[in-house]
Amino acid sequence: MQLVLEKRAERSGAIALVSPMIAIGLTIVTMVILFAILGKNPLLALHAYFIAPLTDGYSLQEIAVKATPLVMIAIGLSLCYLANAWNIGAEGQFLIGAVAGSWIAVKTQGTDAGAWVLPAMLVLAAAAGALYALIPAICKVKFGASEILTSLMLVYVAELFLDYLVRGPWRDPHGFNFPTTAEFDPVATVPLLIEGGRLHLGSIIALLVVAAAAILLGRSIKGFEIRVVGAAPRAARFGGFNANQLIILTFAVSGALAGLAGIIEVAGPVGHLQPGISPGYGFTAIIVAFLGRLNPLGILIAGLFLALTFIGGEQAQIAMKIPLDVTKVFQGILLFYVLACDSLILYRFKLVFPNRQVAHGAG
Amino acid sequence: MQAHQRMLDPTPDGQHSGKSPLLRTIGLTKRYADFLANDCIDIEIWPREIHALLGENGAGKSTLVKAIYGLIQPSAGEIHWQGERIVLSGPSEARSRGIGMVFQHFSLFDNLTVAENVALGLDGKESFKDMSARLEQVSKTYGLPLDPRREVWQLSVGERQRIEIVRALMQDPKFLILDEPTAVLTPQEADQLFIVLERLKAEGRAILYISHKLEEVKRLCDTATILRGGRKVATCNPRLETAASLARMMVGGEVKEVKGASGRKTTLPRLAVNDLSLAPAEAHGVRLEHISFELKGGEILGIAGVAGNGQDELFAALSGERLSKDPGTVVIEGIAAGHLSITQRRKLGAAFVPEERLGHGTAPRMRLSENALLTGHAAGGMVHRGFIDTAATLRTVDRATETFDVRKAKRDPEAASLSGGNLQKFIVGREILRNPAVLVVSQPTWGVDAGAAAVIRQALLDLATAGAAVLVTSQDLDELAEIADRIAVMFHGKLSAPLSAREASREKLGLLMGGSSLEPKEVAHAAGA
Ligand SMILES: Nc1ncnc2c1ncn2[C@@H]1O[C@H](COP(=O)(O)OP(=O)(O)OP(=O)(O)O)[C@@H](O)[C@H]1O
Ligand SMILES: [Mg+2]
Repeated sequence: MQLVLEKRAERSGAIALVSPMIAIGLTIVTMVILFAILGKNPLLALHAYFIAPLTDGYSLQEIAVKATPLVMIAIGLSLCYLANAWNIGAEGQFLIGAVAGSWIAVKTQGTDAGAWVLPAMLVLAAAAGALYALIPAICKVKFGASEILTSLMLVYVAELFLDYLVRGPWRDPHGFNFPTTAEFDPVATVPLLIEGGRLHLGSIIALLVVAAAAILLGRSIKGFEIRVVGAAPRAARFGGFNANQLIILTFAVSGALAGLAGIIEVAGPVGHLQPGISPGYGFTAIIVAFLGRLNPLGILIAGLFLALTFIGGEQAQIAMKIPLDVTKVFQGILLFYVLACDSLILYRFKLVFPNRQVAHGAG
Repeated sequence: MQAHQRMLDPTPDGQHSGKSPLLRTIGLTKRYADFLANDCIDIEIWPREIHALLGENGAGKSTLVKAIYGLIQPSAGEIHWQGERIVLSGPSEARSRGIGMVFQHFSLFDNLTVAENVALGLDGKESFKDMSARLEQVSKTYGLPLDPRREVWQLSVGERQRIEIVRALMQDPKFLILDEPTAVLTPQEADQLFIVLERLKAEGRAILYISHKLEEVKRLCDTATILRGGRKVATCNPRLETAASLARMMVGGEVKEVKGASGRKTTLPRLAVNDLSLAPAEAHGVRLEHISFELKGGEILGIAGVAGNGQDELFAALSGERLSKDPGTVVIEGIAAGHLSITQRRKLGAAFVPEERLGHGTAPRMRLSENALLTGHAAGGMVHRGFIDTAATLRTVDRATETFDVRKAKRDPEAASLSGGNLQKFIVGREILRNPAVLVVSQPTWGVDAGAAAVIRQALLDLATAGAAVLVTSQDLDELAEIADRIAVMFHGKLSAPLSAREASREKLGLLMGGSSLEPKEVAHAAGA
């Protein structure tokens, strides 16, 4: 007897929608077991994770704030993944964007520079993120280097570079030797949407990005190109679409979005540049992209959901002393189940009883 | 050891043995949404029988055999195997019961060896070494020589099909289904296949044989079941019928003859190839050597040859999927185009139909309208300022559907859900409807039924009559004889000098296809400057 994966003859439309739901369900079941092992009351823990954050206005705003970078990065990643280009280094592009944008903020600090500062920061951050993402893309196209490895390795380069800057040249002289820049001036800060609240302009930008991606993929010839190159490379070549050009383009766009998300995070909720500005947004966004089925609207929903797990994780830590790392475990398990459930769309499990008993030696 | 020579059933030929058929379907029905692909089909297969399954493109032949092989679940009806009702959970169960199948579209991995490909398709637990040995032995027994260690990309289409057949035979099936096995074979390869099938029949096995080639059905098959529009319309003895009467049953009327009215030729060539040489792009490829020809408007040039002699490479060089360094090697409408991309060549008025319809000519999992856009985005008025005009893409689908009678379950289905022949009609239609100045087409009627083949050939002739230059690559010499004005032969990456259709006898073409030259003078001309 043998368990095999057998390709489905017909693609199951219903499962395509149900699959992420099943994945979430299985993740929650696994978490319940995990909480029980940790000696915590699973029901209370689930409540802290998923219900409590939805019950007060502050947490709701915080969810939107956390979802903003996730959604922006994941939209860019989804373009890459649809085109079969595997950008794993969004975290690095996020950091480089944050650094590049902060450069303007640091240099104009204390001067009477006008309202041009923030727009300039956003543009520079996007450009820097795009350029940084082009390194693995060009290595892939010119030398055939695996973009998965190069983009991932560049994350560590970016982390160390940021670290060097805030410990060295950009350190706040009045900052008691903490590795951080001075607080940005008001002209270098992303405006809040609600006076005294947390919600900021970045969330609006993220929504615009979602809308733009939906139009790009659904209506434009470029979006069609991206989809064909990923789905049927040979047919795409026959259609006159150049896969290499698309690797460059999608990496650049996703790098730009990650860089933009980076500076919005720094010039928004954080307010200055320091190490640890990202709790792994660039990696969590990979989960968001797949959970959202590489579909802009799906990504928006998935981004909100994963933001909920970040906030829920903090609340569970405060209320129940559940370690914050459990949130990462949760996200990892979720990605595992999402990918596993996706396989069920194309394949089904089967028990096979071989018709012949061929008792030869081992293969 | 396997009992391959075992006589499964010792009764003499032509007489149904036992009381019950080997396989029987009762009221078998398969429904896709509102569309009945199979409607209440009753069919009986007896041991020691070669049973033909005939019907137009989209009649439901592949659907029926997929249901019998457990690949799709019937919506209603029963399948009885050796007198007992069965419900198949999947192909592996069908295989374990003794039902084997060779598919219309091959499923082989190019970069794996023959043995590795076979191992991937078997359910058994035997070691790889034993399996390889058995593979060699089975292929030898049946006269289907295969070297297990060769990689698939090195093999001809006929050899690839041999892998699929041997893989099926290694399961020792009592019943073997072949879906259009000869569509891609040369006449010689087809003859070899028939010897194997006769032998399988003599061993007492049953064979269900799908084909659009009625002459070979008359020669080979004992019984024929004819489907039309998803229904069974007749079961008969094909030996007592004529090809015409079989075709009438399939179509429910007369099949049109192709009328050749070669148009006036233009004086200037619309497509010219000048001393084109091209190193292969992949390790697997054929090198093109000094290919030259000219094609005027109103003319159809046929390229014959056994598959794998450089036809694919020539297609890629003409279409622009591969570029040449020297722009002058390919001239379209008087413009040097060797360095231009496929999109730019389309804008010059060229159109292309590749041999492989799924994955090359179309993206299988995309809708027909999206596949219309695939080749129509350059010059088809389907894109305005970067945005897709969905209505325009749908119009192309509708026009192709109407003009070429594409049968499908709904207005805009995924390409992969169309039957093989109907997808081919769509692809040819999509290109012809653009009114190209130059059409380069490979295997235009590969797997297309007689009626639809006539429609496609007529469309090619009409296109030429209207002034286009048409280049047709085909393995089917009858097809080339029917439509081409001149015929050249491709062998080992070289193209012979074209013969006029009148002087291109089967013998001459056969010689050229085998690599012999006709006269030294002509070869010198073909390879000339
Ligand atoms: N998955 C599917 N969804 C919807 N319709 C389908 C699907 N598969 C097949 N059909 C429809 O069922 C009909 C019968 O298809 P089938 O492949 O059985 O034809 P066929 O007789 O094998 O034709 P051909 O000679 O062209 O191979 C076609 O009209 C096809 O469009
Ligand atoms: Mg078929």
